[in-house]
Amino acid sequence: MSPRKTSATSRRVLAQLRHDPRTLGLLFVVPPVLITVLKYVFQNDLVFDHLAPMLLGIFPMVMMFLVTSIATLRERTNGTLERLMTMPMGKVDFILGYAAAFSVVALLQASIATGVMLGLLHVTVLGGTLATIIGAVLAAFLGTALGLFVSAFAANEFQAVQFMPAFILPQLLVCGLFVARTQMAKLLQWLADIFPLTYSVDAMKQITDHRNWTGALTRDLLVVLAYAIAALLLGSLTIRRST
Amino acid sequence: METAITVKGLSVVYDGFKALDDVDLELPASKITGFIGPSGAGKTTLIRVLVGRQKIAGGTATVFGRAAGSAKLRGQFSYMTQSLSVYPDLTVRENLSYFARMLGMRRADVKAAVTSVLQQVDLMPQSAQIVGSLSGGQKQRTSLGVALLGDPELLFLDEPTVGLDPVLREELWLLFRALAAKGKTIIVSSHVMDEADRCDDLVLIRGGKVLAHASPQKLCETTHSQTIEEAFVKLVGGSNEPA
Repeated sequence: MSPRKTSATSRRVLAQLRHDPRTLGLLFVVPPVLITVLKYVFQNDLVFDHLAPMLLGIFPMVMMFLVTSIATLRERTNGTLERLMTMPMGKVDFILGYAAAFSVVALLQASIATGVMLGLLHVTVLGGTLATIIGAVLAAFLGTALGLFVSAFAANEFQAVQFMPAFILPQLLVCGLFVARTQMAKLLQWLADIFPLTYSVDAMKQITDHRNWTGALTRDLLVVLAYAIAALLLGSLTIRRST
Repeated sequence: METAITVKGLSVVYDGFKALDDVDLELPASKITGFIGPSGAGKTTLIRVLVGRQKIAGGTATVFGRAAGSAKLRGQFSYMTQSLSVYPDLTVRENLSYFARMLGMRRADVKAAVTSVLQQVDLMPQSAQIVGSLSGGQKQRTSLGVALLGDPELLFLDEPTVGLDPVLREELWLLFRALAAKGKTIIVSSHVMDEADRCDDLVLIRGGKVLAHASPQKLCETTHSQTIEEAFVKLVGGSNEPA
């Protein structure tokens, strides 16, 4: 592994995004707009205050999952990864370069969405701004890591996009956003327990409801981080020098 | 004559199909060797084996005395794939700078190396342009520019002149000739028979087998042909080796 090559890869990925203002606009504008729309859907501040922080654990993950899976799929299909793998570059440099670049994007995305939610929509989050941003960034990091991993199983962009409903929607349905997990069938509860999105949403609930940093919050965030690191490691295994 | 590449009994199998079948070759250093044959002949597969990207079913392949794909070879050779394998959403300079960093160049050395390559491939006026907005020939030259970075001893160029206009093709062949004169070993694949005359050494490939390996003059002499195309046709219709 070479920190110089990892950082050069990060800067290259960010330069690609910089040349694509439409994607940047979608990344930074869509989450706060959706959260704002939700406020007017419910017209009930209590329900909205409960849901909005949880959405900050979901939207960044979904968006970064999509962007990362398609970006890395393009590397695999346009020949750049083929060329890079013949160079003196480690697979870890490639994976970490992507993860670091999208973490920067995730930080900006989470900061903007949190700013809108707390500053403009006046959602009450007892845990405060910093904890909210940390929760949202980790959710986005998880999305990035999962996107890097699943891109190996998609042969084209159509398949990569279809991984979103196949891979993310089941997690969304059982994470406790719509129905409390304790009210679900046992099988669904077990599924929720093994899905990483559950822990991201739980972390945001902890941040919303507790003024202090709780042990449960630490546990939830560590689980999200562990899943993200595992996905990155698995992602690096899917990049092969020889095929 | 010094040998750059040695291949013995090489076989590659894709899903039961023999893409390369018992290939034996010794390729000279500091010369231009052409892999010539129709599409699907096995030229790209052979190059992918030599750069370490293709798993082999049998036999051996060594480059500069080391097993093809060895980590110590990375950086000693460059590989221009058939697809463009550059980032269409970055500028020409950004592409070259990134790949230069991946070759391990220090930031201070990158600018000079990139400027030198831009002059070699005549893309200095387009250096700040996004690659996706360039003409096909300019994109091709960007990809070739990446292959020239780091002054490699050995260049694998897979169909480097496909789709280029005759003037540009002539210029690129002059560049290849100049590189060979400086002692560089160049492996060029082409399905265009009239490019064969420009090589020092020819490997005619068809159906995963080597039909002949000789200089263009020797090949024409031994097959009593006026052109390489005629020699190829005779070899396909007749014996597998020139007399």
